[in-house]
Amino acid sequence: MDTRIWAKMTTQPLLSVRNLSKFYGGRIGCADVNFDLFPGEVLGIVGESGSGKSTLLSCLAGHLAPDRGEVIFATTEGPRDTVQMGEAARRRLARTDWAYVHQNPRDGLRMGVSAGGNVGERLMAVGARHYGQIRDKAVDWLGRVEIAADRVDDRPSAFSGGMQQRLQIARNLVTGPRLVFMDEPTGGLDVSVQARLLDLLRGLVREMGLSAIIVTHDLAVVRLLADRLMVMKGGYVVEQGLTDQVLDDPQHEYTQLLVSSVLQV
Amino acid sequence: MTDQTAYNFAYLDEQTKRMIRRAILKGVAIPGYQVPFASREMPMPYGWGTGGVQVTAACLVPEDRLKVIDQGADDTTNAVSIRRFFQRTAGVAVTEATAEATVIQTRHRIPETPLTEGQILVYQVPIPEPLRFLEPRETETRKMHELEDYGLMHVKLYEDISRHGQIATAYDYPVKVEGRYVMDPSPIPKFDNPKLAGNAAIQLFGAGREQRIYALPPYSEAISLDFDDYPFAASKADHACDLCAAPDSYLDEVITDDQGSRMFVCSDTDFCASRRKAGHIGPMGTPMAGG
Repeated sequence: MDTRIWAKMTTQPLLSVRNLSKFYGGRIGCADVNFDLFPGEVLGIVGESGSGKSTLLSCLAGHLAPDRGEVIFATTEGPRDTVQMGEAARRRLARTDWAYVHQNPRDGLRMGVSAGGNVGERLMAVGARHYGQIRDKAVDWLGRVEIAADRVDDRPSAFSGGMQQRLQIARNLVTGPRLVFMDEPTGGLDVSVQARLLDLLRGLVREMGLSAIIVTHDLAVVRLLADRLMVMKGGYVVEQGLTDQVLDDPQHEYTQLLVSSVLQV
Repeated sequence: MTDQTAYNFAYLDEQTKRMIRRAILKGVAIPGYQVPFASREMPMPYGWGTGGVQVTAACLVPEDRLKVIDQGADDTTNAVSIRRFFQRTAGVAVTEATAEATVIQTRHRIPETPLTEGQILVYQVPIPEPLRFLEPRETETRKMHELEDYGLMHVKLYEDISRHGQIATAYDYPVKVEGRYVMDPSPIPKFDNPKLAGNAAIQLFGAGREQRIYALPPYSEAISLDFDDYPFAASKADHACDLCAAPDSYLDEVITDDQGSRMFVCSDTDFCASRRKAGHIGPMGTPMAGG
């Protein structure tokens, strides 16, 4: 028996996407996207600028309303279509089971609020009302993303770009989400900081058993983090499969172009 | 009195009052919810109580007895001019005694004397949105109220404690009304917050520039937000009134010369005066006639 079929029979997918489409007027944002994401799996989405990666991610995370299709998430009460559910329920998901890491940490952080307050916000949003415990947890999480505990009362504006991105990750993971959406998490960082961040992310994803969807145009990022890969072009998924398989043996002409465009140092 | 002046009782025209009364009724029906209304220009600048004046005008009837206070005092410019405005435009009786008034317009205080059923307390509100300084987008704050997404409110209190070691918000202290809406009680000192809850009077809040009216019906629940390990505490100057010796009223600190001398006096002038009439004299007070 094929082991992958066996896995599908015993495990419910965490996220099932069916025929998801989003149009901007006559233009295609993304069209007819289908995939299943299983618990603990990391899916990479790559493609050139304008290929619909970010549109797809926004539709999945509920920031944009898709025109067609279903996004079925395995909530604690069973599978639910997040496109159809009410805004209140979707926001509850967004601050408990989901996390969203923005490309620019300034979009995902509250720049006027201290690092501790940023990490604590999600805890307080789900009902934590004990200052000491919130603070302990914030300090613990700052440690996990390699930010010194004495920076807990500093504002993010006093942090470097890499630190801001790590703070954003801590802020998102503090409530123990099951699914993390990441939009170019390493964009705008220099390569040595990128490497540290990727190392950190890989550790956290494995340690917490997170499922993640990572949108990027950096093939090194998906090589390192993603189990499976989806290649998008012009709003359509042109190829998908295991990461190493897609990158080492690209079938579609666009994937071949993409893989061969990477500069070798 | 001609029919025309009777029709225009209390400055505003009847259509405007009707519109404001509808907003007030909606506010009373949904405690703590900010009801938009078409605020009119009033003959005073924004920030001087245009919202409160419109709500008062919409509530007044000829039999009413009006009291106006500003920071607890009956005799400050704002209080005197608004009281005179309604004396001239509505011809209603006025008073300085809290217990005798049927409508009380207030800026920044709740009177010390407990209010009773049948009284209306009208607040002047500069900024009705408790989330304003945390989330500048009005579309987003409205959505947050709609979805009861109030985690951000505690972020502000968290920041207070991490920066000052305690909740440093001393006025404008947010309350959760009837387990639903988080409400800005206008800039009253947090000393007054416990009086918001379970109050026998109708409490109406008018924000003229921001065009919002909200309300607390009598005997509503209003819980001041806090943390389990940093509970809400109503605070006041640790002193008794120097004029009337009241140990439990909210005090103003008054600098009396350039040598650093100071005195603490009740901010509620009516409360202070009636205590002195009743014979309570503080260290710097003098007996008042008519006691």
